[in-house]
Amino acid sequence: MEKRSDKKTPGGVSRRDFIKGVGTGALGTAVLPGLFAQDAVQTKKGRVPVFDKKTITLTVNGTPQAVLVRANETLLDLLRDRLELTGTKRTCDRGECGGCTVLLDGSPVYACMLLAIRADGKKVTTIEGLARGEKLHPVQEAFVEHDGYQCGFCTPGFIMTTSAFLVKNPSPTPDEIRMALSGNLCRCGNYARIYKAVAAAAEKMKGA
Amino acid sequence: MEYKYIGKYTPRVDGRKIVTGKAQYTHDIRLRDMLIGKILRSPHASAEVVAIDLGPARSLPGVMAAIPLAQGKVHYAGEQVAAVAAVDDRTAEKALALIKVDYKVLPAVVDWEKAGEPGAPQVRDAKPNVEKFSEAARGDVEKGFKEADVVLERTYRTNFEIHHPAETHASVASWDGDQLTVYDSTQAVHGVHDGLARALKMPAANVTVIKRYMGGGFGSKLGLNEHTVVAARLAREAGQPVKIVLSRRDNSLCVGYRPSSCQTYKAGVKKDGTLTALSLLNYASGGTDFGDEVLEPTVDLYRCPNVKVEEFSIFTNTGAQRATRAPGHTQGMFGLEGLMDELAAAIGMDPLELRKKNYSTKNQGDTGLPYSTKGLDRCYEAGARAIGWEHRNKRPGEGSGPIRRGLGMSSSIWWGTGVPGTLVDLVLFPDMSVEVVCGTQDIGTGTRTHMAVVAAETLGFEPKEITIKIGNSDSPWAPASGGSVTTPSVAPAVRDAALKAVERLKQVAARKLKARPEDITMEGRAFAVKGADDKSVPFADVYRDLRRETVFHGERSDFPEDKYAFNTFGAHFAEVEVDIETGKVRVLRYAAAHDSGRIINRQTAESQVIGGITQGLSAGLFEERVMDSTTGHPVNPNLRDYKIATSLDIPEITTIFVDVVDDKLNNLGAKGLGEPPRIPSSAAIANAVYNAIGVHVREIPMTPQRVLQALKRKEAGS
Repeated sequence: MEKRSDKKTPGGVSRRDFIKGVGTGALGTAVLPGLFAQDAVQTKKGRVPVFDKKTITLTVNGTPQAVLVRANETLLDLLRDRLELTGTKRTCDRGECGGCTVLLDGSPVYACMLLAIRADGKKVTTIEGLARGEKLHPVQEAFVEHDGYQCGFCTPGFIMTTSAFLVKNPSPTPDEIRMALSGNLCRCGNYARIYKAVAAAAEKMKGA
Repeated sequence: MEYKYIGKYTPRVDGRKIVTGKAQYTHDIRLRDMLIGKILRSPHASAEVVAIDLGPARSLPGVMAAIPLAQGKVHYAGEQVAAVAAVDDRTAEKALALIKVDYKVLPAVVDWEKAGEPGAPQVRDAKPNVEKFSEAARGDVEKGFKEADVVLERTYRTNFEIHHPAETHASVASWDGDQLTVYDSTQAVHGVHDGLARALKMPAANVTVIKRYMGGGFGSKLGLNEHTVVAARLAREAGQPVKIVLSRRDNSLCVGYRPSSCQTYKAGVKKDGTLTALSLLNYASGGTDFGDEVLEPTVDLYRCPNVKVEEFSIFTNTGAQRATRAPGHTQGMFGLEGLMDELAAAIGMDPLELRKKNYSTKNQGDTGLPYSTKGLDRCYEAGARAIGWEHRNKRPGEGSGPIRRGLGMSSSIWWGTGVPGTLVDLVLFPDMSVEVVCGTQDIGTGTRTHMAVVAAETLGFEPKEITIKIGNSDSPWAPASGGSVTTPSVAPAVRDAALKAVERLKQVAARKLKARPEDITMEGRAFAVKGADDKSVPFADVYRDLRRETVFHGERSDFPEDKYAFNTFGAHFAEVEVDIETGKVRVLRYAAAHDSGRIINRQTAESQVIGGITQGLSAGLFEERVMDSTTGHPVNPNLRDYKIATSLDIPEITTIFVDVVDDKLNNLGAKGLGEPPRIPSSAAIANAVYNAIGVHVREIPMTPQRVLQALKRKEAGS
């Protein structure tokens, strides 16, 4: 969420930072009808109402909720800062590392790249929602058994990616596993162990 | 003695916490009324800060504190200038934009090769940009070169590599009267504790530092961070807790990196492989700080009578370097082991044989002491067997076609003795529960689990039954987790405390069984009398008789430093494939053999080795900070443009431990393993590339461009 004050510095501003930073005005009116007009700004075409908040309903880990979100709030902001689901990590904050991967209607998405309003009406599953009570998900079990982590910070992202991947492809080849995980970075460099955990999880899920 | 858990595979005792997202990292800490702190950083690589006006920022609603930080000059882009604390992230950012700073911009030099030129802007006040910081000599190198059959001169270069831990640096500070509690993403709760007390000029007794989990550090979180002090100062001014989380970009700018090196070697060797002389001239750059000394492998690894080293630091207007997993050794090993391979080719010898020919059983540096243990020869054998060393190209580059294969290897030497005086409290409760408390921390290596393994083994429990409490500076002292010291410091202290506990339990059991304590045995959760199997009492009865929680103090013992040299060793072997049309390198297979004394938990030890290999592969092929030489701002300050290895780049890896127990060092014979596997990995891959294409790239990262340039060099015959 860091936005530099000196935005001209190289690499400082991404397209997404720009959208997050604007979040109001013309863009708001064009793509976000039905928001609450909070304020108005003066433009060449006269005063334009600013729509910068909306109440969305979404199901998070099985619990339906309604939340008022800002137009420039990401799903990651919402999960971590407001719903206190801090298992989803903020690592690069710009869609490069997969550390914030959650499931949106069963498909993996980078929560830092998705505006919260886009989750309106959807089902979100985070790492906190994967186990069934005390019973770990087979992917979680396999990561523990095969030491599929070191510092553990990227682990929630890897586990969410894997859990969705194995539903789609229950019997992956080693190369398919490597490809499926290539959107998640592990800085401790434990990939070799993670492959084993994923392969073991596939076996467990077949047996389950 | 056969152990049940020590040296075996134990899954992490806290694995469930990690995979359910419940492990609490500093990023995840949220205190009541907590504010968000942000730091304004200098956009200029060199400037005088004439004035800082915090007024407009302070008057923004929601801003609760604002403080100036820079005084006088700033020496690099990214140096902190001022800070604010506000009710939320957005308000804090707006406040930063309102701070008015009047800079007088000064000439700066960013490029380290230019910083050494005459007339370059001076980085440090009253000190030159180039300063000698290290030297070593034995024998007479000139005499050695005369004795040699072949003399080679080669230059190897390494570039700036950034730690980029998954969790960016973060601190949360909270005051309760004059008591300060800081949650910090740190490798050293005690170190940060001591540093904070000094920085804030307050009694050390009033500071507590907590780190539950951290998302990696690799050296960049080894000491007290400036922003941690800022969080404490903002929190004091605001009267509310303050959290500061650095950005990914900050990681490229102001929290360190591995310094560059430019190592020029001259070596003399006889036809039979005997080294006669080694000289090394190194230029290292660490920004506003000294570079890394890379001399250790050159001075210590091989038996060579004549050695001379001189190292110079070059200062620039970029942020200061920080220790990066095996500082100096990875650079030095890349240079020295590249040189060894080029020497071997020059005399037509097997590179592994050349290393064995110059094998040393004693320290070659200043002490001359024999190694307490040295399993490097066993690592050579085991690694060579695992990779199939006989399949290498007998002459580098002798293959044909557009895709060339090659095998290469490199040795590793490091310290890893651990720190005497490390303390552990082991608490037995009458209900038979056990707690082990230590002011150490888990930086991702599995500290909790190795502690539980040692306690469980000694007390006759299972590791998961032991409660481990670490990551708090209020707990007994333990060193920073850096330099591969954690296991050899903490595990022996746990062992010491647990042995004392067993002694007490045996006394209690002896009373109950009306026998002598020395005749009591412990097995199957019961104490029995030796030779009288029917006389036994279950654990539960003995623990109950303790009547209250009972603490046993354990300490890591001293070791005979003046009798032996204590080191860890390893040998890595890599097989690569190089596309000579595109310059792309792929690592296909990898074997790593290590001598780190007794392995405590094979499960996490193997992960350490796998991680070291992967990071060395990443640094060897991809990683390089690129600076804009005019502004001093990094042009790849994110994880897209700064390339690190992904799941598509990883070879098939075999890990081997040669299990040389070092009884002279501590009560478990255990040594460190954090750094050793990081040291030889880039070098082994570089030597494999040399074996494949017949020319040494001599610079990491070995990008396709550098590989193609090396091939051109080969065509030109140099």
